[in-house]
Amino acid sequence: MSLKIKDLPIEDYWLPGNPSCPGCPASLGLRLLMKALGPKTITIIPACCSTIIQGTYPKTSANFPILNIAFAASAAAASGIVEALELKGKNNVNVVVWAGDGGTVDIGLQALSGAAERNENIIYICYDNEAYMNTGIQRSGATPYGAWTTTTITGKKEHKKNLPLIMIAHGIPYVATASVSYPIDFITKLRKASKIYGMKYIHLHSPCPTGWRFPSDKTIEIGRLAVLTGTWILYEVENGTFKLNPPSNILIDKSKRKPIRNYIKIQGRFSHLNDEDIDELQKYVDRQWETCLKLLSIGKVY
Amino acid sequence: METLETPLSKPSEGSAGITGYWRTFKPVINKSKCIKCLLCWIYCPEGTIIRVGDGVEVNYMYCKGCGICANECPAKAIEMVLEGEI
Amino acid sequence: MRVVLTGNHAAAYAALLSRVEVVAAYPITPQTQIVEKLAEFIEGGRLKAKYIRVESEHSAMAAIIGASAAGARTFTATASHGLVYMNEMVFWAGNARLPIVMAIVCRALAPPWNIWTEHTDILAQRDTGWIQFFCEDNQEVLDTVIQAFKIAEDDRVLLPVMVGLDAFILSHTATPVDVPEQEDIDGFLPPRKPLPFILDVNNPLTHSNMAYPNQTMEFRYRLQKAMERAMRVIMEVDEEYGRLTGRKYGGLLDCYRCEDADLGVIVMGSSAGDAKEAIDKLRDEGYKPGVIRIRVFRPFPREELREICRRFKAIAVIDRDLSPGLGGILYTETLTSLYDLKNRPIVQNYIAGLGGRDISVNDFKLIVRELYRNIEEGVEITPIRWIGIEGVNYEFKN
Repeated sequence: MSLKIKDLPIEDYWLPGNPSCPGCPASLGLRLLMKALGPKTITIIPACCSTIIQGTYPKTSANFPILNIAFAASAAAASGIVEALELKGKNNVNVVVWAGDGGTVDIGLQALSGAAERNENIIYICYDNEAYMNTGIQRSGATPYGAWTTTTITGKKEHKKNLPLIMIAHGIPYVATASVSYPIDFITKLRKASKIYGMKYIHLHSPCPTGWRFPSDKTIEIGRLAVLTGTWILYEVENGTFKLNPPSNILIDKSKRKPIRNYIKIQGRFSHLNDEDIDELQKYVDRQWETCLKLLSIGKVY
Repeated sequence: METLETPLSKPSEGSAGITGYWRTFKPVINKSKCIKCLLCWIYCPEGTIIRVGDGVEVNYMYCKGCGICANECPAKAIEMVLEGEI
Repeated sequence: MRVVLTGNHAAAYAALLSRVEVVAAYPITPQTQIVEKLAEFIEGGRLKAKYIRVESEHSAMAAIIGASAAGARTFTATASHGLVYMNEMVFWAGNARLPIVMAIVCRALAPPWNIWTEHTDILAQRDTGWIQFFCEDNQEVLDTVIQAFKIAEDDRVLLPVMVGLDAFILSHTATPVDVPEQEDIDGFLPPRKPLPFILDVNNPLTHSNMAYPNQTMEFRYRLQKAMERAMRVIMEVDEEYGRLTGRKYGGLLDCYRCEDADLGVIVMGSSAGDAKEAIDKLRDEGYKPGVIRIRVFRPFPREELREICRRFKAIAVIDRDLSPGLGGILYTETLTSLYDLKNRPIVQNYIAGLGGRDISVNDFKLIVRELYRNIEEGVEITPIRWIGIEGVNYEFKN
């Protein structure tokens, strides 16, 4: 029995008139986070775009508590908060990290790994816009192969670091991928996560008009194409059981996937890609699917 | 406001000012075509498509004119119109 | 209750008595026994607290900041590289005005790897907005950590506090220590108030989003004002603790035989003990030196120091630290304090004991005798006297 859009709460706790770019997936993501979990949620936000889109002191766009923290430190700060709340018996509050890919995949990885190993009772959401967007579109470990950024002018030569897989390797109670283009799926996963005790990790695909070079009205469309071409795979691993979510579950059949070219060619950051590069990207996508299918066949991964 | 020893900010709409001024194009909803699917409401990054009854309206004070609503509307009921025109 | 405790264990007992609620720490020599003892207290049920076994010192301070922001009373400990690794978050805690207490086992920085005592690590944090204490003995470590919570949480202060103890000399040397009763400390140190803020879903606030230049400077101003108010609070807390336990440390400065002295030896940490012994011996020889042990380095006790030093004709400042390119840090700060005096004493900087090298009673005697001689003979002061390296007229046999 799946959730319907009209059943979602009307009130917004992420307020309009914030400094985000038109079409910003982080802003949408925060809106959806609040619709999923409600305002009894303390968020921890390291340095990233979401720091800035809160607006400047003395105003904030968040009608829920936020502890801003240094770039590398979000998972650790969240650990401190959740332990303090538990000690004080305040157990009905969600503690959520809302971090960009930089603060998760690169500089924040150590603290994230530590928190995962300790199985801290937090939800860690990495909203992945695939570069250090806040500082002006420099490459991160999550930037895909071939993408233009200001520090990979001729395109990134390395492939995207697979963080969800790393989190699966930590054996935590819940790991999932999600996309802003599939809000019901994201909200369902958030609500599921909030009912589980222990470390939960959700990796949210967040197409960024400013950094990926596409018009601001295409954010949702591009996120959807990422999934429909098989480039972004929607799955969840609940207590070690791997499951593909719709529509990715249908796309096991490669012929059902749209050509990856459809996804790549409408993003300015990939405009210089030649056929060889596109092949390379296709190979990467195929490898991700291979891994997913292996995990699916194992079923209970841990 | 009381003297704060460390920076604490209070929730406020329009923390970046009246972001409606950012627009070049604005979304105009054709109510007769609208099927009330609420997709524009859920996809709006800003939360400036608001629910009124079982339908939707645009909050023009803060709408930045990104155009996602118009792009996603399955009934093609939203048109992006150049500011100053209607 | 009188117990034989190392400095590390004394710090742990103080945290126990202070009823800390969240500890997050990463082991580093020579701090490890502090956190091991606390783990024992917590897992044994003696202390109702959470111990977050973080994966690095940077995460330790980040976790403590989170816990403190959520309203818990927090404690951590580190040394040397751990401290400089967490430096980013140490600044964060100061500017966030969170009443965190941290024990620092002062240890040298690498290269080369050196686990013995030096003050450069803790003094390198002097700009972070933390109150800084230096302890002479294990009793003072225990007493000061308890006092630190009261000072930090005072609503006139709201600043984090570091309590420094010398590596191995204090941390690993066991001496008899008076451990106060829990109920006495409960009366002295009530539960923490939710200041300066608390993360509360019923009152949603955002901490530390961006502020422009026209707003930020006020926060720094208020931090400085808090430091200035802290001096008074430190004195008050020392007095109150003195009435409770019979032990007072003089607040900001510990003056030994300074009332009739004509030459001062300024020192921090455990070597003050050797300095005091040397001064006693020199008094028997007819000299009139006194020892000023700086107990609180931040906020720096400029006026108090000036008041005492105005009588002196010379001062020997012993720095167990080095700011390369300048010299001793304590020396520099002392000079700043004395600048306004009409008749300034001669101040000579001595760098000693780096990397844990011993500073003996004999060293102090030779330093003081040489300084008296130089004043008489009108010998110019040198920028730095390196004890044991340059100008070796010293013998290092006691």
